[in-house]
Amino acid sequence: MALLEVRNLRTTFKTEDGTITAVNGLSFSLDAGQTLGIVGESGSGKSVTSLSIMRLIDRPGRIESGEIVFDGRDLLKLRDEEMRHVRGHRIAMIFQDPMTSLNPVLTIGEQIAEVVRLHLGRNHREARETAIEMLRKVRIPSPEKRVDDYPHQFSGGMRQRAMIAMALSCNPQLLIADEPTTALDVTIQAQVLELMNELQRETGAAIILITHDLGVVAETCKDVLVMYGGNMVEYGDAKQIFAEPRMPYTQGLLASLPRLDAPANARLKPIPGQPPNLHRMPPGCAFAPRCTYRIERCDAPVPVTDLGGGHLARCWRCTETLAPVGAAQ
Amino acid sequence: MSDEPLLEVTDLKKYFPVNAGVLGRHVADVKAVDGVSFSVGKGETLGLVGESGSGKTTIGRLVLKLLPATSGTIRFEGRDISAISSRQTRELRRRMQIIFQDPYGSLNPRMTIGEIVSEPLAIHGLAKGKARMERTVELLRLVGLQSSHLNRYPNEFSGGQRQRVGIARALAVEPQFIVCDEPVSALDVSIQAQVLNLLEDLRERLGLTYLFISHDLSVVRHISTRVAVLYLGKIFEVADRGALYEHPLHPYTQALLAAIPVPDPALQGTQKRVLLSGDVPTAMAPPSGCRFHPRCPFAFDRCSIEEPEMRDVGGGHMVACHAVENGSIR
Repeated sequence: MALLEVRNLRTTFKTEDGTITAVNGLSFSLDAGQTLGIVGESGSGKSVTSLSIMRLIDRPGRIESGEIVFDGRDLLKLRDEEMRHVRGHRIAMIFQDPMTSLNPVLTIGEQIAEVVRLHLGRNHREARETAIEMLRKVRIPSPEKRVDDYPHQFSGGMRQRAMIAMALSCNPQLLIADEPTTALDVTIQAQVLELMNELQRETGAAIILITHDLGVVAETCKDVLVMYGGNMVEYGDAKQIFAEPRMPYTQGLLASLPRLDAPANARLKPIPGQPPNLHRMPPGCAFAPRCTYRIERCDAPVPVTDLGGGHLARCWRCTETLAPVGAAQ
Repeated sequence: MSDEPLLEVTDLKKYFPVNAGVLGRHVADVKAVDGVSFSVGKGETLGLVGESGSGKTTIGRLVLKLLPATSGTIRFEGRDISAISSRQTRELRRRMQIIFQDPYGSLNPRMTIGEIVSEPLAIHGLAKGKARMERTVELLRLVGLQSSHLNRYPNEFSGGQRQRVGIARALAVEPQFIVCDEPVSALDVSIQAQVLNLLEDLRERLGLTYLFISHDLSVVRHISTRVAVLYLGKIFEVADRGALYEHPLHPYTQALLAAIPVPDPALQGTQKRVLLSGDVPTAMAPPSGCRFHPRCPFAFDRCSIEEPEMRDVGGGHMVACHAVENGSIR
């Protein structure tokens, strides 16, 4: 049985210019111990998806419909009190910016200890020891000293490692990491990704890694879910999707990247057009206005095609062999 | 390329004073740029790469004289511009311009696109009335926008379109030289390629020279003809693009290149990853000797004592590293 099963999730936000649908009927599932990368650009709904799973959507946002079944229970039906036991304990989250997600007036140790006391019922002394232990695990040097440091005394990479320590301190079954390395330098990013991989092997937690960086997904995730305009457009094994993307958006995205292993002079092949405006979403495929392979049927809602081997694509033409959308220009 | 470089920077330094205490006494300096020399030839694109705190943005601002340098000389078109008057600086801005990283913060939200793009024409008295309007439309077309965009406001545009507006504004005065400060890093991946292609087309059509500042080594490799690698206010390595990416010599350059995640899971495990330990030290008190030595896998005694100098290892490939000099790295 899947650890997490999201069915038909729909999350909307009320704005002055009308209601926008940030996530529009998303379904996917995740097995225990699995690593899933959710890739998408701004406005694709990837972050709103993770906040919906954590039930952290606040007004003017609203989860309109759908089910989020985690370990056999629909999280959307839990009382707030019950949800608080899930959040931080069974499902933990790491955010992009460790500076704004840590409390500046509490020491790192106090913040980790608080989680442990709250969810695992440890006393002060035990909780402090757990905090030191967790900091050691994420390779903070001399953790018994650094546990009393405040967030500003940590560097960016250390703060993100402290966030990981906090998130993993209660042994969650699912860790959601929303752009965990985007604010970090590449050499520090490499350290943090390595650490996350290692800790996952050790703890067996499932990970949802949300990112816009296809390189990060390729290095860390077994499966990948590509989002565009609030819904899944392609899903499957990462190796297969990177080798043989079937949805024109995924193809275009991979073709548009300047890559270190491509000839240096090769001209880039951008995807034409602009990202979708959530206020003016097309009635059918959200990518249709930018797609060179658009046909009439694309202007009505497009169903998901199962390409076999768990590879899904939301595109009428996903079985054809097409050149990347940008190449045509 | 002509013999005389368009831009020549020698031993450039920028220290930001740190004041503390009730009296605001000067207690230390942040050595953001600490003795940097490089040159950019006409028509060339020099990529300036480095992580946060390396001083790359500060260098861009110093070159444009948006910030006064602490010491060092900047020569542009053969003329020393280190100590020119503010009137001369204004004239200089007709020759050199900047494109900023943040297409949201760098455009005035109360001005229309037409006003934003035509403002430099007014300031420098380059065109009036109908001619100014025509030139503005021409500029918009040049960057892939339309005349129908003239009366709209920045908030109606996506990030990529706003960046095009910023480029049009920079081009209004017909500059020779443009500092591109992380021009695509705030943009969505599918839009980055559009803007990079536009910058390349413009370079070719208008004969521009770029100083391209970025933390993204893949982007820099794509657009640059030569690349300089910065760390904590110092240049560690400068070489032609091919040499730097195919045969990086400085251990920091090697680690930087190895740290980039490649978007291809089939390649995972095939490349050896050099993981750097530790964090970037503070620019207030950089390590002694070579400032990379505490994180360097090749460091030996001399590295913590003596600062390595830039040496030409052949063909204009310059490296500042003792391990390269004594032959440990080849």
